[in-house]
Amino acid sequence: MDLFEHQAKELFAEYGIPVPRGIVAHTVEEARAAAEELTGRVVVKAQVKTGGRGKAGGVKVADDAADAERKATDILGMDIKGHTVHKVLIEEASNIEEEYYFSFLLDRANRTFLAICSAAGGMDIEEVAHSTPEKVAKVPVSPIEGVDRAKAREIAVAGGLPERSLDGAAELIEKLWAAFVDEDATLVEVNPMILSADGQVKALDGKVTLDDNAAFRQPEHEAYADKAAEDPLEAAAKAKDLNYVKLDGNVGIIGNGAGLVMSTLDVVAYAGEAFPGQPKPANFLDIGGGASAEVMAAGLEIIISDPSVKSIFVNVFGGITACDAVANGIVSAFQLLESRGESVTRPLVVRLDGNNALLGRQILADAKLPGVELVDTMDDAAKRAAELAAVGA
Amino acid sequence: MAIWLTENSKIIVQGMTGGEGTKHTRRMLASGAKVVGGVNARKAGTVHEGLPVFGTVAEAMRETGADVSVVFVPPAFTKDAVKEAIDAEIPLCVVITEGVPVHDTTEFWAYAVAKGNKTRIIGPNCPGIASPGASNAGIIPADITTAGRIGLVSKSGTLTYQLMYELRDFGFSTAVGIGGDPVIGTTHIDALAAFQDDPDTDAIVMIGEIGGDAEERAAAYIEQHVSKPVVAYVAGFTAPEGKTMGHAGAIVSGSAGTAQAKKEALEKVGVRVGKTPSETARLMREIMKSR
Repeated sequence: MDLFEHQAKELFAEYGIPVPRGIVAHTVEEARAAAEELTGRVVVKAQVKTGGRGKAGGVKVADDAADAERKATDILGMDIKGHTVHKVLIEEASNIEEEYYFSFLLDRANRTFLAICSAAGGMDIEEVAHSTPEKVAKVPVSPIEGVDRAKAREIAVAGGLPERSLDGAAELIEKLWAAFVDEDATLVEVNPMILSADGQVKALDGKVTLDDNAAFRQPEHEAYADKAAEDPLEAAAKAKDLNYVKLDGNVGIIGNGAGLVMSTLDVVAYAGEAFPGQPKPANFLDIGGGASAEVMAAGLEIIISDPSVKSIFVNVFGGITACDAVANGIVSAFQLLESRGESVTRPLVVRLDGNNALLGRQILADAKLPGVELVDTMDDAAKRAAELAAVGA
Repeated sequence: MAIWLTENSKIIVQGMTGGEGTKHTRRMLASGAKVVGGVNARKAGTVHEGLPVFGTVAEAMRETGADVSVVFVPPAFTKDAVKEAIDAEIPLCVVITEGVPVHDTTEFWAYAVAKGNKTRIIGPNCPGIASPGASNAGIIPADITTAGRIGLVSKSGTLTYQLMYELRDFGFSTAVGIGGDPVIGTTHIDALAAFQDDPDTDAIVMIGEIGGDAEERAAAYIEQHVSKPVVAYVAGFTAPEGKTMGHAGAIVSGSAGTAQAKKEALEKVGVRVGKTPSETARLMREIMKSR
């Protein structure tokens, strides 16, 4: 889960990391009130979970409260790379002497953590690293040894920070490491980390990504979830404990196993290229290895509640759960939905392969479920599902 | 012969007494794998599924001669379980558990490295390793394929099963599910190296998916070190940027980790990449027939 800038900074503040004073505003009136409270020059910053908001006009300096109100009027509701701005952070303006870059992140390739530090901050660090790699220090950090003050200072020196910033930067980096570890983050980024005119090293921006797998020991992270931005179908699926991602096509997809479902999306998209309107997958839905009747019913329920779905493709490989059990699951899912007054009104293509595939197919053939077609191979089934979506569209 | 897991492998199960542990211990035993015991500190001295339960991995190894551990403990306890296996210097530790925090995995990996890499770790979030006809450590269904001369390495469980099933008439030396987490113990490259050296493997199927650059690095490795034919499949061409697709590691970040980039990197070094799993199986079939 990615945090908004203001959430990241609230988190930083909890760890004693200096951040500018700031207030979140959801309306123009709130923005004005916040600027009045902060007094003096303020910065109005769009709160969106994407980069490049400065270039898009989502960050503006305001001279006073009236100006802040005008700037907030411009920024609230703005679209930045597909993200609508629903809130702004009103922050006291800082007197910036210098801008640096700092982050801790997970280095997948080397299976360790990495500190990235540069005296050339405030801009796109990937561009800096590309054009002048010597200006960006990448220091591996052992999860066992961690980062103490001495190591933090060593990283700041490697990044080319000037002498006068080293103490402040080392303190900030050490605290940032504590936040990175204690919060189960996979990224904490400060760009820019600044030296202010009064000699303080501060986090002027903040980006944090938290590990969803750690949710069980980080119950307070739940509060960071952006419920307003959540797709309603994704929210409903989450409530049912389903692994679902909404996509923009019209073929509903249900499968077992993340890899197989990802592959199903691809195969449907290829197959769709041959049909009018080029049908595409409407969603990712992994019902897991077990594929029980209840989960199948819950999955079908989500898919049929999506109005853009014109056909449904159920793609199951019977491994641990054999295909006869999966077929019985589909039959029970239909009965379950019918008993709730819901029905599957769109054509459903089923492909069952693997353990007891013949038996599973026989069970479905005998059940004569309305709109259900059996196709033996994944490729042919994807074609049929795409064709049905093209007809239904 | 096979890689890492043979008919002589003696397996213990960490977390054997739990629901998943019990179910899959039964399945492993039914497939003919030599499961010799389990580990649970609170149930040491008892018997479960007809097998002795030991207090520690070290004790289980001492008493049974076990050289493989399969871990089914819940995510909150996985780090300690794996570190215990590392301390006991068991040669192979297969971590099935899904949902392990990445800080924990990164820590136990660093621990394994610090201890001299005496334990090969497979996973976490993986289906395990199977050498059909010889042994099975994990949750791969034993009965969907046969013993043969194809090696397989994959990030995905069900795609592994799919390919094992489609190529069941040729059969497999070993299939390794390395897992879909951002940080894993054994990589594509480790498996490619082992298959290259395995006299009983003729050709290799490699399955990848979006996220990270493991497939690109595997491509570079293949170019330098793998002379056996490799056929690949990559899942996730249609995955949107910034969304996690089921596996914790399956995410396209900006322009990094796309399926297209992985496919291109593999094709550039002469690896044939199937457009669908079935086409991948067909490509492998052609190779095996021409031998």
